[in-house]
Amino acid sequence: MTYLAKPKLHHPSLQKNKVGYTRRDYEGKVSTLCAGCGHDSISAALIQAFWELDVEPHKVAKLSGIGCSSKTPDYFLGNSHGFNTVHGRMPSVLTGANLANRELIYLGVSGDGDSASIGLGQFAHVMRRGVNMTYILENNGVYGLTKGQFSATADKGSKAKKGAINTDAPVDTVSLALIMGASFVARSFSGDKAQLVPLIKAAIAHGGTSFIDVISPCVAFNNHSGSTKSYDYVREHNEAVNRLDFWPSRDAISIDYSEGGLIEVPQHDDSILRLRKLDSDYDPTDRITAMNHVARAAEKGEVLTGLLYVHPEAEDLHAHLNTYPAAFNRLGEKELCPGAGVLEKINAGLR
Amino acid sequence: MAKRIEAVNDFVVKFANVNGSGSASANELFAKSFLRMGIPVSPRNIFPSNIQGLPTWYEVRVTERGWLGRRGGVDLMVAMNPQTWNQDVKEIEPGGYLFYDDTRPLPASKFRPDIHVIGMPLTDMCNDNYTDSRERQLFKNIIYVGALASMIGIEPGVIAELIGEQYKGKEKLLKPNVNAFQLGYHYAQEKLKDALGLKARRADAVGDRIFVDGNAAAALGCVYGGATVCAWYPITPSSSLAESFQRYCGRLRVDKDSGKHKYAIVQAEDELASIGIVVGAGWNGARAFTATSGPGVSLMTEFIGLAYFAEIPAVIINVQRGGPSTGMPTRTQQSDVIACAYASHGDTKHVLLFPEDPHECFEFAAQALDLAERLQTPVFVMTDLDIGMNQRLCKPFEWDDSRKYDRGKVMSAEELEAGKDFGRYLDVDGDGIPYRTYPGTHAKRGAYFTRGTTKNAYAAYSEAGPDYVYNVQRLLKKFETAKTLVPKALLTASKEPARFGAIYYGSTGPAMHEALEALAAKGIFANALRVRAFPFQDEIFDFVQSHTKVFVIEQNRDAQLKTLLVNDAGINPANLISVLHYDGTPITARFITNEISEIVTALNVRPIKKDKAA
Repeated sequence: MTYLAKPKLHHPSLQKNKVGYTRRDYEGKVSTLCAGCGHDSISAALIQAFWELDVEPHKVAKLSGIGCSSKTPDYFLGNSHGFNTVHGRMPSVLTGANLANRELIYLGVSGDGDSASIGLGQFAHVMRRGVNMTYILENNGVYGLTKGQFSATADKGSKAKKGAINTDAPVDTVSLALIMGASFVARSFSGDKAQLVPLIKAAIAHGGTSFIDVISPCVAFNNHSGSTKSYDYVREHNEAVNRLDFWPSRDAISIDYSEGGLIEVPQHDDSILRLRKLDSDYDPTDRITAMNHVARAAEKGEVLTGLLYVHPEAEDLHAHLNTYPAAFNRLGEKELCPGAGVLEKINAGLR
Repeated sequence: MAKRIEAVNDFVVKFANVNGSGSASANELFAKSFLRMGIPVSPRNIFPSNIQGLPTWYEVRVTERGWLGRRGGVDLMVAMNPQTWNQDVKEIEPGGYLFYDDTRPLPASKFRPDIHVIGMPLTDMCNDNYTDSRERQLFKNIIYVGALASMIGIEPGVIAELIGEQYKGKEKLLKPNVNAFQLGYHYAQEKLKDALGLKARRADAVGDRIFVDGNAAAALGCVYGGATVCAWYPITPSSSLAESFQRYCGRLRVDKDSGKHKYAIVQAEDELASIGIVVGAGWNGARAFTATSGPGVSLMTEFIGLAYFAEIPAVIINVQRGGPSTGMPTRTQQSDVIACAYASHGDTKHVLLFPEDPHECFEFAAQALDLAERLQTPVFVMTDLDIGMNQRLCKPFEWDDSRKYDRGKVMSAEELEAGKDFGRYLDVDGDGIPYRTYPGTHAKRGAYFTRGTTKNAYAAYSEAGPDYVYNVQRLLKKFETAKTLVPKALLTASKEPARFGAIYYGSTGPAMHEALEALAAKGIFANALRVRAFPFQDEIFDFVQSHTKVFVIEQNRDAQLKTLLVNDAGINPANLISVLHYDGTPITARFITNEISEIVTALNVRPIKKDKAA
């Protein structure tokens, strides 16, 4: 637990973004997670990303399931509505919320127990439907709140704090997201803010389902030797496929071409992703390539990070359902009720 | 030979068919033809959990007096399924009729001496007139409708009109259907004159009533009530509700200029997801519902508890059926009353509405959407297979154009800006209902973090006992407020002073009303109260208090509504006597009458004779 109280008053000289907010305006309550928890770093990256994107905090809805990770939405974006739903079911609640009002930005926060065990079904189906959301999976391979049981993302052969060896094959959420049709798939590490912040920004700007699996070591139950989700293990085995720069719009691009291996991926909202490829044959717009790379890296025991796949022209659920542009929660009887005259005709047809 | 049953506008015809043989539309044509002659009918599908091959029945009760419950017994069996022959023949009332295809002769042992047998060479006629095997099958159904129309005296013009409406714009199908009908009609005119003592005579007893199934009616109620999000998972007998919603939305909710949909329907991966979507949409201020049945409700219960404690509007239409797994679930029951009233973990209870017929399915579906937002809680519409999947004659749908949706207590950006105090779980009006805000309302005020139980009145994280107690006591107060908002129970007063009362609900209505008359004829008088919602109003308590004994008539084994009356309304169980029907078939007036008569005799209560009435 972090005991440092956050002062409410901001220093007047704090830098403001284009919509007039300081970075502090994107913070939330004091975290109650363990000191050094990877999840808090992810919360910090989210705060940074939303601030840099000039998103008004109240235009974000943040939803989560149950678990340590799912508690975190209370610790950032304090002026956004949040919803701590039920275990493993954040995707469905977020889907409904998104249908009710398409004008907000939807952030789903989940953990590996929440998404890969109890919620594997909803995880897969939300990807299929293309709900416009950013899905952050804070992946530590362990159940923290119930004190140290393996989760379904724990690698086979990895060791629990109390010494048990995991004998079950792991669920690879990134591969699953790719198969199920997520249109933005990335993996990162909570300790790598330089990589994570641009990824989050790009995910938010993306117009379909964006999924980021963030390896986030559990300092209490999964940071020992023998764990494959510890700080040390991930630092040693992290293999980045690319380094990402995110540009909010085309206008803002400064010409800064570095040597070979740079890809520009225009997004639906005119923003630009610039990827510095570290692996020369990696093309993030090719889903099959992405799946192959992920599988090969896993075989070598590497954690492949970076933007693994992006479909720049992804459509979302609203496009699939051809829904009305105005938010449903603003429609009233005038727009929705066909009226007594029509009902009389329906009655006549039933006689 | 037993005396022939002779009846005009008051008999039961049952069709025994093979599932998937195309009999449904022919049988429906038969049923509707009576309506067009001004004679009420009440048809029921009795169908298996199967697509093709298993037996299926369609029972039509012709009833000029308008008794729309199932009568029990069969006057004319149209036996088209060799598989169920013995059982079907057995079911015919003595003096009744058996209509069958006599192309192949059957031994005398296959019949009964006390019934009248009417044979017609349907297979031969089809083989003579059609070459295509599918046509032979389909038109056989229309041919027997023609023969029945002739024998019963259904006006051929009425059938021609119905066929014309059915195949409007499909002329290719129109003519062969009319021909098949004529084929059967003329055969019977010639060969089966006076074979049947059951007759139809034009009447004027239908009025302006409509003929519709409860699932379609509830779906239309959701359209009128402003539902924009529907999430569902296929389950008999509720699937046609979501499909009807889709159909009605396609007609009534597409923006004319843009072609865009003012609705979103998601067929979810399971009921966990469908209720999750409904809860998410409700949290974010859209009107949302799901349609399901018992097993679906079981899967949804975790979310229902969350929605109860987090105070999120949700409408769940439960088309009740006979329990888990497959088979009996294609039969009707009222067996989810307790499961829904107390659905979920922790201290929970929920608002239930009990529609009697499709008219109320429409009305209560729309009202449930208002109640869910007013009360910020899940609301169940408790229909069942009998209402949901059978067309029922009922009052036409009504809508008042001046009606406004009740969106409940939602704090606006202006109110927040003006500095109005916002405590998400604070009882400011004394009715237990707090204010809520939609996400994105105001830049600096009104945002809150939604959780289950761990919170104080201002939605801040709190595990403190007093905060929890304040909250759940407020929820109780809110449940009290619900009593003032839900549909009131309806009293049918006995014509004679009555010491007995009868409480009933939902699809039991039509059978109950018929039973009340039959009981009165035997000198047993009862005031009847149709409960239309839970929580119960005080009137229900008063009703029980003012009678010596009150019968509680239900279609389940465990007397579930009675349990609620005892447990929640504090009614003395000694005052209540259960009358329970739960074999999967719809309850009948005969059953209710017999049960109550027997109980009254056993109670050794001397029936009050009309001339001795006090």
